[in-house]
Amino acid sequence: METYYDPADLKKFGTIGEFQKEFADRFFAYYGAVFAEGALTAREKSLIALAVAHAVPCPYCIDAYTADTLEKGCTEQEMMEAVHVAAAIRGGATLVHGVQMMNKVKELSM
Amino acid sequence: MIKSLKATGHQLASSAFQLTVLRQEVVEVLHLPPFHQKMREVGLFPLRPVAPAVLQINVGKMCNQVCRHCHVDAGPDRQEIMTRETMQLCLNALAQTDIPTVDLTGGAPEMNPNFRWFVEEISKLGRKVLVRCNLTIIVANKKYHDLPEFFKKHGVEVVSSLPFYSADKTDRQRGAGVFDDSIKALRMLNAVGYGQEGSGLVLNLVYNPAGAFMPGPQAALQRQFKQALAKDFSIVFNELFAITNIPVSRFLDFLIESKNYAGYLEKLVTAFNPAAAAGVMCRNTISVGWDGGLYDCDFNQMLDLHVASTSQHIRDFDAAALAERTIVVNQHCYGCTAGAGSSCGGTVA
Repeated sequence: METYYDPADLKKFGTIGEFQKEFADRFFAYYGAVFAEGALTAREKSLIALAVAHAVPCPYCIDAYTADTLEKGCTEQEMMEAVHVAAAIRGGATLVHGVQMMNKVKELSM
Repeated sequence: MIKSLKATGHQLASSAFQLTVLRQEVVEVLHLPPFHQKMREVGLFPLRPVAPAVLQINVGKMCNQVCRHCHVDAGPDRQEIMTRETMQLCLNALAQTDIPTVDLTGGAPEMNPNFRWFVEEISKLGRKVLVRCNLTIIVANKKYHDLPEFFKKHGVEVVSSLPFYSADKTDRQRGAGVFDDSIKALRMLNAVGYGQEGSGLVLNLVYNPAGAFMPGPQAALQRQFKQALAKDFSIVFNELFAITNIPVSRFLDFLIESKNYAGYLEKLVTAFNPAAAAGVMCRNTISVGWDGGLYDCDFNQMLDLHVASTSQHIRDFDAAALAERTIVVNQHCYGCTAGAGSSCGGTVA
């Protein structure tokens, strides 16, 4: 079945340079630097990436960072808690707009 | 208890079938270069040995565990055990050389009835003995409870598999209850001084992924293991070796059954690292099978890939002839050359 998302496309990510090499090279160099050990460990960054992958939501990133977090020795509980962080922020982002709705209700109502 | 592939008559119990399956997938399905070609591209084919530093002896396939990833297809139903006569041939060969380390593996090497005698005799030759202990054997039966003391007496370096610092992942790979028994055994080893600072008694752990993925950076994993085992169980150890699962035997079966086969092989080939390839353990290791056959490594041994030398058996051990050999490689070798590389002592690059 043909779909918009093909898992095989993930490993072709590096080919985006075929259409614009300079920006792709800069992006991948930046990407590599971002995920290196720093003030945050590579493991912590991988968990953040997994959460963001779900928030975005990007099936390629979810596949990639599920494997990456496993490789970095994350537990399944840690991985699911990261997804809950994404869900809480997404849910919170929706709900906090409820205040705007309440403000408008109060403005319009007697 | 789960049975070995051999006991169930599984196709993958045949080494020839495994080699066919590996070649078909790498070359014909994935259209990736065969291993020897990849090595030639980086100037490492034919692959030649360096001075041997390790004599790795597999004293038998019998084991008290049936791990899902085991490349030996070991288990309680395996009867292949090295005899005392073959052990004596190993000692004779060892005496002719200055190979400093003897690495005893299995199965569970301690289940070989001549294991203790063998360790004592190797020690008398002044060589370092390293035992690949699965931990649970120490608590499996009363007759093994004193193994930590025995190891200590002979200054044995203990290397033990612990795929994770929690029960779920460990037991999924190694069997129900293995984690709890491993913790008990680690405490017994710690109690006699193993892993304790200043004791001189070395206890190293082996991490290998519980699934179709590669190990992450060894140093980071070691930090996590040290922290978690100390916090949760007051257990200490020296080093953690991160080892890649090689697509052989039961792990190959898992990959095929779980439909991860193509993805995993592709990952290994894509992650080919010339620096890791230059440091593969087969270059400084000679592997002896339970029946005395000689191999370049324990994986080749399980695939019946004998050394390419006139010295084919430990009774005909000829260090000079072996030094001239070309190391036998095949598609499974991609497992040792991926990423930071993999050996019985962990990463190599």
